[in-house]
Amino acid sequence: MSDTATAPKSFQEIILRLQTYWAGKGCAILQPYDMEVGAGTFHPATTLRSLGTRPWAAAYVQPSRRPTDGRYGENPNRLQHYYQYQVLIKPSPPDLQELYLGSLEAIGIDMALHDIRFVEDDWESPTLGAWGLGWEVWCDGMEVSQFTYFQQVGGHDCHPVSGELTYGLERLAMYVLGVDHVMDMPFNDPQTPIALSYGDIFKQTEEEYARWNFDTADTDVLLRHFEEAEAHCREILDADHDDPKTGKRIIMAHPAYDQCIKASHIFNLLDARGVISVTERQAYIGRVRALAKQCADAFVQTRAGGWTPETAA
Amino acid sequence: MPDLLIELFSEEIPARMQVRAAEDFKKLMTDGLVEAGLTYASAAAFSTPRRLTLTVEGVLAESPTTEEERKGPRADAPEKAIEGFLRGAGLTRDALEERETPKGPVLFAKIAKPGRPAAEIIAEVLEKTIRNFPWPKSMRWGEGSLRWVRPLHSILCILSDEAGAQVVPLTVDQISASDKTQGHRFMAPGAFAVTGFDDYAAKLKRAYVMLDPTERAETIWHDATNQAFANGFEVVDDKGLLAEVAGLVEWPVVLLGRIGDDFLDLPPEVLQTSMKEHQKFFSVRNPKTGRIERFVTVANRETADNGATILAGNEKVLSARLADAKFFWENDLRVAKAGMGDWLKALENVTFHNKLGTQAELIDRMATLAREIAPMVGADPDEAEEAARLAKADLSSEMVYEFPELQGLMGRYYLQAAGKSDAIAAAAEEHYAPLGPSDDVPTAPVSVAVALAEKIDKLTGFWAIDEKPTGSKDPFALRRAALGVIRLVLEDELTIALIPVFGAGIERNKVQSPLVKLIEEEEFTSTGIVTALQKLSRDQTSNRQAEIDELADQLKASESKTQQLLDELNQLNEKLVGDRYALIGFLHDRLKVYLRDQGIRHDIIDACISMPGNDDLALLVKRARALSDTLGTEDGENLIQGFKRANNILTQAQEADGVEYSYGADIKYAETEEERALFKALDAAEAQITPAMKQEDFTTAMTAMAGLRGPIDAFFEAVQVNTENKTVRRNRLNLLNRISEICLSVADLTKIDG
Repeated sequence: MSDTATAPKSFQEIILRLQTYWAGKGCAILQPYDMEVGAGTFHPATTLRSLGTRPWAAAYVQPSRRPTDGRYGENPNRLQHYYQYQVLIKPSPPDLQELYLGSLEAIGIDMALHDIRFVEDDWESPTLGAWGLGWEVWCDGMEVSQFTYFQQVGGHDCHPVSGELTYGLERLAMYVLGVDHVMDMPFNDPQTPIALSYGDIFKQTEEEYARWNFDTADTDVLLRHFEEAEAHCREILDADHDDPKTGKRIIMAHPAYDQCIKASHIFNLLDARGVISVTERQAYIGRVRALAKQCADAFVQTRAGGWTPETAA
Repeated sequence: MPDLLIELFSEEIPARMQVRAAEDFKKLMTDGLVEAGLTYASAAAFSTPRRLTLTVEGVLAESPTTEEERKGPRADAPEKAIEGFLRGAGLTRDALEERETPKGPVLFAKIAKPGRPAAEIIAEVLEKTIRNFPWPKSMRWGEGSLRWVRPLHSILCILSDEAGAQVVPLTVDQISASDKTQGHRFMAPGAFAVTGFDDYAAKLKRAYVMLDPTERAETIWHDATNQAFANGFEVVDDKGLLAEVAGLVEWPVVLLGRIGDDFLDLPPEVLQTSMKEHQKFFSVRNPKTGRIERFVTVANRETADNGATILAGNEKVLSARLADAKFFWENDLRVAKAGMGDWLKALENVTFHNKLGTQAELIDRMATLAREIAPMVGADPDEAEEAARLAKADLSSEMVYEFPELQGLMGRYYLQAAGKSDAIAAAAEEHYAPLGPSDDVPTAPVSVAVALAEKIDKLTGFWAIDEKPTGSKDPFALRRAALGVIRLVLEDELTIALIPVFGAGIERNKVQSPLVKLIEEEEFTSTGIVTALQKLSRDQTSNRQAEIDELADQLKASESKTQQLLDELNQLNEKLVGDRYALIGFLHDRLKVYLRDQGIRHDIIDACISMPGNDDLALLVKRARALSDTLGTEDGENLIQGFKRANNILTQAQEADGVEYSYGADIKYAETEEERALFKALDAAEAQITPAMKQEDFTTAMTAMAGLRGPIDAFFEAVQVNTENKTVRRNRLNLLNRISEICLSVADLTKIDG
């Protein structure tokens, strides 16, 4: 791609430009969530903060893991570990589409030369009990982002509605940088003395994790961990809202949600190991969804979730 | 009279919803206007990805004044009643009119309903339309509560006449109507005002928006075929894709692109599907090679480099897509050439239906059925069985996982690659057919055997578990499966007695298994209790009577449970035996629909269904066609009357006399020439009909039957059946019985209408 003088040179430059852009538009730039998740949506900054009435604007990179997508680093586009860039603004501003297009310009996509399209793509996460309407955004026929207006999360109607943007960073960057194989993509500035490609950093781990995900992960242990996470999530939520030690009202929605995320990721691993049959799959998804709903129920009971003593009274 | 222009401007409307939405918009608005008294001359609606537009010409400037008459109390009613009436009508006493009625003098009020200005009505109807719009899916956004397909940004609503344009005042959820719209998102951003539809359409075009979806589709098709032709190619027709693509752009720009050489050897269906499903590309064929070698993509804008960047991007995306497809194809070929064992094994874990087992079990049943059916359709049983075992293997392939619509077709490619016979490979593709009523029916014997097995297994399985179609609900497409069986049998002229095949199929589904298992478990429980009881009763050391009593009760309960389960099992078994007949009945119902479309009356089919061998559909239809033809002749039509007359007289006599006149008509008691002629004619007809029926030569049999019309008519003309002479009468009744029996041996003519 031979766009303009402002074309970025590396993967990290694209990330930095997105960070700067969205910071400039008033988003809190958060850091990735420190747990294994399948997508940026799982970050509590999206799942939980899209609930309740309090305004929110956040953007962050989220490393995401999809064990079944591992290809030992050989497939030019598929990775079991990759990065998503996530923006969540509540309530969704009327100019969200323009803001989004601005972010594409910020990373060097010249609107005068490219064909940007909003193509229907409704989003649904059966594990989160969430859905929304929106599009996949195409740049010259290539899907570069998901654009969603959340309607329901964890079984709760979203009032107000959040606008969510998700960029698949590797794919988008490969396109902007004109790279055909993800492992060949410059991670830092290729002119720098120690230039590192995406492959320098991730080829090794893709191989290791692909082997572990598909063949080595201990399924008995994983199955047990799934059960434990599920049980513990319930225990946490069953605890008294009033903390006996401090005497404060402390609903532990986030710690419970951590267990939900954990269960979800373990399910993905078990799926990659091929030990979950088609019928069981639905049941497992249902179990994670039940947890997500309970966490959502708990979150809206917290102050961050919009609860106040006045409204409760 | 003023013209009305409305535009609802929103974020991108899904392409598949646009055309319908424009129609709904027009209907809801114009119906609403007319209902409020605002008639109009003409109306048209348009859609683009970002707007729904309605133009209504020649709208009344205001709704006409109407007068309503309301009947009040009698003129001599108490003052209070009259006052109440006046209050309700909003009138004064002098506005009332007294009129004589049969009930005496009554007061009447004339209430004038003044006309309302068009703008007021339009605003009301538009707000109602927006708030109740029938989107297939709608959403909320921001802090609002309004629902629309995607966020609604602006409303243009103007009434214009010679004097100029006026905005119709209206506010829906903080969006106020104006006379402004916007052009193309990228090529002409910014708002502009319009004064009427012509001005609107012209300004939009200058702002790179082609309003009319038909015009966009035509432009796309025209430019695509032209560009392809200029390069010696042809575009593969795809109306559905054309309509969809026309809904993705406001300013279509057609670009012709290349497919990388590496991918040209992929099956053309894979290229086509991948390009269409993922990229919305049209396939472009090289007529010389017959291969798909180019594609057409439609961009939503012009660029300074004439689309070079856009096209390069699209080509690159396509390469990545096709690299995936090629990867699947090559991996799949490896598994296929290794015998597909991995794929078949994977199907053991795929549930077909929770009461009917896995895909692998389904395949087992299909294989047995295909082997059973093979001799009836001229297929080799071994080959048919193998074909059935392999026909669904491609469901596990990566390509079909990615593109489910390629199931069957990929099976064919993979089986060919695996070195299987052409017949087996073809069966993988063809065994799903026929899907629709106009779909081709397979004719190759192995394909036919597997296609029948697939459908019959489905029908028997869902019948056995009582998942039958009801009303408009047919979630497992059983009507389609039944029609498939019918068309396979008829169009391939197959002779198959379906009842035994259904019977075996129903048993093969083993729906009794869960019950049998429960019974075994309960029996095991009983045995355990008996053992415990025996042990207790041997124990003489202490008084264990209470425990013994308890166990005895448990045993009783367990035994009665077992009995109850056994009863259930018996009932189920009986039902399953009945199912094969119920299923044939279901096929007969579908057959009636199918033949009705071919001009055969349902009563004619009923007349044939009553005959033996009705599970042989080809025979049944052959009979029905012959009967339909015969009844179409003058002789045939009149024969029915003769038959009915004979039958009525006979039935009445039998009822009155309490005897059956079923044997022994003898020509020696015949008194008239006509009677004797009928005897001879019946003998002659029978001599023809009996052997013809044996050979299933229904046409000969029925022609012979129709030939009886003359003698029967002559007989009734000349002869009085119920005469005084009892011997003669009995003989004539027995003769009528012969008419009836001969006719009924051909078809159940009592079922014929008229």
